[in-house]
Amino acid sequence: MGASAAAAIAGTITIDGKTVPFAEGQTIMDAALAAGVYIPHLCHNPEFKPHGSCKLCVVSVNGRNMTACTMPASANMVVANDVPELNEDRKALVQMLFVEGNHICPACEASGNCQLQAAGYHLGMQDPHFTHFYPPRRVDASHPDIFLDLNRCILCELCVRASRDIDGKNVFGISGRGMGAHLIVNSESGRLGDTNMAVTDKAAQVCPTGAILIKRKGYTIPIGQRTFDRQTLSQFQLERGKRTGSGHE
Amino acid sequence: MSEVHDSGDIGQSLAYICEKHDREPRRLLQILIDVQESCGFVSSEAITVIAQSLGLPRVQVEGAAGFYSFLPLAPAGRYRVLFSDDVTDRMLGSQELMRHFCNRLWLEPGKVSEDQAASADFTSCTGMCDQGPAGLVNGWPVTRLNRERIDLIADLILDRVPVSHWPPMLFQVDDNIRRTGMLLGEAFEPGSAIRALRARGPGGPEAMMAELKTSRLRGRGGAGYSTADKWAHCRESPGTARYIVCNADEGEPGTFKDRVLLNSYADLVFEGMTVGARLMGCAKGFLYLRGEYRYLREKLERILARRRGEGLLGTGIAGEAGFDFDIEIHLGAGAYICGEESALIESLEGRRGRPRNRPPFPAAHGYLDQPTVVNNVETLAFVSMIALDGGKHFAGTGTGESSGSKILSISGDCARPGIYEYPFGTPVQEILDDCGAEEAYAVQVGGPSGVLVSWKEFGRRISFEDLPTAGAFTIFGRGRDILQAVQNYVHFFAHESCGFCTPCRVGTQLQKKIVEKIAGGHGTASDLEELKHLGHLMRTMSHCGLGHTAPNAVLDMLEKFPGAYEQKLGSLSFEPAFDLDAALETARRITGRDDPWAHLPRQP
Repeated sequence: MGASAAAAIAGTITIDGKTVPFAEGQTIMDAALAAGVYIPHLCHNPEFKPHGSCKLCVVSVNGRNMTACTMPASANMVVANDVPELNEDRKALVQMLFVEGNHICPACEASGNCQLQAAGYHLGMQDPHFTHFYPPRRVDASHPDIFLDLNRCILCELCVRASRDIDGKNVFGISGRGMGAHLIVNSESGRLGDTNMAVTDKAAQVCPTGAILIKRKGYTIPIGQRTFDRQTLSQFQLERGKRTGSGHE
Repeated sequence: MSEVHDSGDIGQSLAYICEKHDREPRRLLQILIDVQESCGFVSSEAITVIAQSLGLPRVQVEGAAGFYSFLPLAPAGRYRVLFSDDVTDRMLGSQELMRHFCNRLWLEPGKVSEDQAASADFTSCTGMCDQGPAGLVNGWPVTRLNRERIDLIADLILDRVPVSHWPPMLFQVDDNIRRTGMLLGEAFEPGSAIRALRARGPGGPEAMMAELKTSRLRGRGGAGYSTADKWAHCRESPGTARYIVCNADEGEPGTFKDRVLLNSYADLVFEGMTVGARLMGCAKGFLYLRGEYRYLREKLERILARRRGEGLLGTGIAGEAGFDFDIEIHLGAGAYICGEESALIESLEGRRGRPRNRPPFPAAHGYLDQPTVVNNVETLAFVSMIALDGGKHFAGTGTGESSGSKILSISGDCARPGIYEYPFGTPVQEILDDCGAEEAYAVQVGGPSGVLVSWKEFGRRISFEDLPTAGAFTIFGRGRDILQAVQNYVHFFAHESCGFCTPCRVGTQLQKKIVEKIAGGHGTASDLEELKHLGHLMRTMSHCGLGHTAPNAVLDMLEKFPGAYEQKLGSLSFEPAFDLDAALETARRITGRDDPWAHLPRQP
């Protein structure tokens, strides 16, 4: 989409009553991040092509629900975002993500750095609400430097996008369908250790949960001093948005 | 009929298949289907070879293969038997037949036999509801199953008779056309619609667009978008090429009209595509044929070849210089979601059938990012009719917002299941009378994604303004358990969700679990509230129509059929989703003991 911060303003939209300018090609999310307006999101990361799968960023545009990270902004959109009804629904989506996988925060080395966990806090999630699925999922420790723990994968495809679009390696992909949809790696054995993934790859750095972990780094930053011990998810994502602009392709 | 053979040299046959498809990445799904047909499954080694041959990342090939139900990634036996799991198949005893079949062959559902000979499983509706219970054997439809036929099939498998040598009566598929109207009742001469367009002279395409507008033809796939508007959008969108796609991925359970149209009215459909190609300037068209209708392929190829011979396809169609157009058949492989137009286009391009983000819409950015229209089989057949008879004639039938007629696929509790063509606006009761449904209690109009109509509403009419439908009309007689039907539907959506977005992927599963809990006698009032909550989430937060409509049948049942579930509720306050007694079942199986005193008492 190539809209930079310096791009000419194409029009304005309002988000919860606040007037927000947008440039040609920007999505509602791009415009919101640029204006410092927070719309919760998990699968979106402004460094990458928008995906639109987690649905946390669904907003109401002139009365119709739309996915903010993929919907292009257009003049005179009236967007409702930070409203109780939508936040309740977003909380339910986070609860869904919790129960479909195996997210054991107290025992997870990503605790405190995990955006799923932080989204739970942000949306006031007190319990998983839905019945846990306890799905049997794979753990892959075959790579010398990287753990792959599918118990925590939320199918955001950030690693897929990073490996394909930034690293140029296509280490990750998605196979299966429905509840059987799952992350796969680019080797006949199905083992990460048999791919050409390197710990320096962008794909190793983008997981919003603890599905992709760097070995031997788990506790270098102690609990209490981690990302979301120091700031909220909204602060973190707004800062990241400001840092990267809407520089995705 | 192709056979699964124990080929000595898989590598050679893979190389041949890839070459046959020009090692073209867009043809990946067709390549995988050919590999499945020749090897019986898509092996890990095959995926690696295909990826190398096509120059694709291995993950992309594995991801595509893993998406489609008819592409097993592990051996599925020399005979893969799939029982259609439409609610009407169940009503006709398919589950008992499956048990009987498994007993005969010592099979466990979903697992391949130890000698790798056979496997049995259920599959989503195969579109044979008017002649069920039905199934697929190595992809070929078998109909009117009963104990005798199942015994015969079991014997044929035990004797290792190749499927191509099985008695043809097992595979007989009838049209069952019971009521004809403006479309099905008229004889059609191939080429006449194209010649009628040509006869309009240089302004023909413009005039034909005007006729389409006058006809007020709306898409017959269910959504009901104006065909003239869709085509105009495609015509006006800039592109280097334009495409027209016939959506024959008739996956909505209970719908089988496209099967009949393609079997007996294919010229009408292909001609509609050709007229569209002339109006929009398409050089290429696709027929996306659902895997379940693979048996129609050879027949359709022959019709296409005949039309090429008659100058109705190819270069200079009907003698008009520059009118070049041809149609290619593209097979699906068992994925309901590919009926959604943008998922269909993804599948056409050889990928997982995942609905795209919109905008942009396919009419501007579709196949290969070029302007593309995707139309239902029936819509295209009507285009031929409109080209011949004009838009006014067409619009003279039907209602204010729903012009013309509609072909219904009628099945379930009635004397005469089959294909019925009605003018839009026909009341449900009239249809029930015609097909011999004397004790109808409920009708599912439009399949699981449609509307569950109760006997109190039989005065409602088939139309976009009242009861829109892609054609399914499933009748439940008095005494049928609506909860069981709904259970079948929620199972269907959980199985067919593509898994892309959270609300649909997880919501359809949760919905299935709760409906099962209620059917098992453990439901409570709070479970009913939870179903409404999930329905709201799926309807408002999902990525595409599958998620938006997945809760329809559940919500309709809650509103209209309280009797179906109220008596089943275990308690009005709370019951845990976890059933401790049921959880002990595994231990009982492992130990081979089932002591009566080691059971937990059910709540009264």
